Amino acid sequence: MSGQSLGASLPLRRAPSRPDLGALRLDRARRFVVPVLLILLWQAGAEAGLFSIRLLAPPSAILAAAWQLILSGELLHHLLVSLRRVAIGLAIALGAGVSLGLVAGLSRLGEDALDATLQMLRALPFLALVPLLILWLGIGEATKIALVALGATFPIYLTLFGGIRSVDPKLLEAGRVFGLDRAALIRHVVLPAALPQALVGLRYALGTAWLSLVVGEQINATAGIGYLVMDAREFLRTDIILVGLLVYALLGLGADQLVRVIERRALAWRPSLVGEG
Amino acid sequence: MAAPILRLRDLTRRFHGPDAPPVLDRLDLTIGAGEFVALLGRSGSGKTTLLRTLAGLDPVTEGEALLPARRAVVFQEPRLLPWKPVWRNVALGLPGAAEAVRQRALAALREVELAHRAGAWPLTLSGGEAQRAGLARALVREPDLLLLDEPFAALDALTRLRMQSLVAELWQAHRPAVLLVTHDVEEALLLADRVLVLAGGRLVQDLAVDLPRPRRRAAPGFDALRIRLLATLGVDEDGHDAARAA
Ligand SMILES: Nc1ncnc2c1ncn2[C@@H]1O[C@H](COP(=O)(O)OP(=O)(O)OP(=O)(O)O)[C@@H](O)[C@H]1O
Ligand SMILES: [Mg+2]
Repeated sequence: MSGQSLGASLPLRRAPSRPDLGALRLDRARRFVVPVLLILLWQAGAEAGLFSIRLLAPPSAILAAAWQLILSGELLHHLLVSLRRVAIGLAIALGAGVSLGLVAGLSRLGEDALDATLQMLRALPFLALVPLLILWLGIGEATKIALVALGATFPIYLTLFGGIRSVDPKLLEAGRVFGLDRAALIRHVVLPAALPQALVGLRYALGTAWLSLVVGEQINATAGIGYLVMDAREFLRTDIILVGLLVYALLGLGADQLVRVIERRALAWRPSLVGEG
Repeated sequence: MAAPILRLRDLTRRFHGPDAPPVLDRLDLTIGAGEFVALLGRSGSGKTTLLRTLAGLDPVTEGEALLPARRAVVFQEPRLLPWKPVWRNVALGLPGAAEAVRQRALAALREVELAHRAGAWPLTLSGGEAQRAGLARALVREPDLLLLDEPFAALDALTRLRMQSLVAELWQAHRPAVLLVTHDVEEALLLADRVLVLAGGRLVQDLAVDLPRPRRRAAPGFDALRIRLLATLGVDEDGHDAARAA
């Protein structure tokens, strides 16, 4: 493969010496042309009266509504409530997913005891558990947090288990030859080898966490971004609804970026990341 | 011969049940302290199997093996942990205080001329550099027995020559007993005191190499030994399969 086609398919940051860097940057800018055009069209359509602004607020109204919600402190309040739910839910999921993954991954007995059960549970769409959760936990915070935790546990468990089991046996052998005992093998060989997959799992987990949050917050919430959206629906405030959706999208993006940063630091040794510094 | 450091008696290894033909068949072998032994054999003859037993990776189920406590292996592939910088790979599993261990690792890397890459990630090393790191990782343990399983097989011809002389120098300096598995008859003759040939699960040849060091291919006697070994391996001088040609 020639260096040039490689440069086009892999936008390495090491590229500054390459002459086609300008073209690359233009490429990236070009990707925003269509979204920006759509937003402009949306605004123009609303102003020309092509559709009802009660059913679809124009971008300018959304911005104004967002500004209002920020100034009044409402947005921050609801955002914090939502973030708290995700944070607690994810913490539970991490604790459960990592412990289950370690137990099942590191011992045959653990695998026999846990894996089949967890695989069966995973086949169940966890959002279908909402009615049961409401019966068990009520309609308060517990149900919302449980939903986030449930959704996020499985990807963490599955990828950690898979990562542990796919450790290169040759590296394990090398570790044994050089005198590592079982605990040291786990620490120096097994866990670092499982980390890339586990981080992919973490990214999935964050994705399902937001999804669960959206669903959970539609259940009789009195605060949170979901509440903001449901409440706005009562008053046909599509601008506020869209602000809520925007916030969800930004939170999702932010979480993804966070995992990327973690990956870049924790997986600095990987060939695809080597050289990006 | 110096005091033996390794002694195998009737070592037998089977992979497919007690009735299957063994890969190693009642094998006897003694290696003296500081002796450099090369092991030749056709592909599939059981060289790696023997080396794994000596490394302690496979259990001894039939026969006896007397092995020194301090052994180290360089594998055919570098087998460095990619998530640890080179010097931490070298230091892997060494007992002692952190700083002392680091200094030992760096000293070993200096010996294989890799000190400048001590902090590098293994996946950024070239093939030759990675094998030198593997060599440093073995040497830093000051082994009494150094096991090398075709450590140069994947390297280009020039790098292989440099690695061979590096191994010769390191062996002269530290004097571990060495068992070098190789496919390369010339490599065996350039490095070893004794060349063994493994065939049918047994050592069918045990040839002392009495050529002066440093070894040269042009030295008198070199070619005669080479031809003898090739004959045992069942290959004539031009690389034809002697058994089939006959
Ligand atoms: N774990 C195993 N299970 C079953 N058979 C095995 C195993 N390891 C090796 N063998 C068999 O034992 C024989 C000897 O294998 P070994 O790897 O020792 O050969 P070798 O001499 O090192 O060959 P090469 O020069 O190609 O590396 C082969 O027939 C191989 O298929
Ligand atoms: Mg082999």
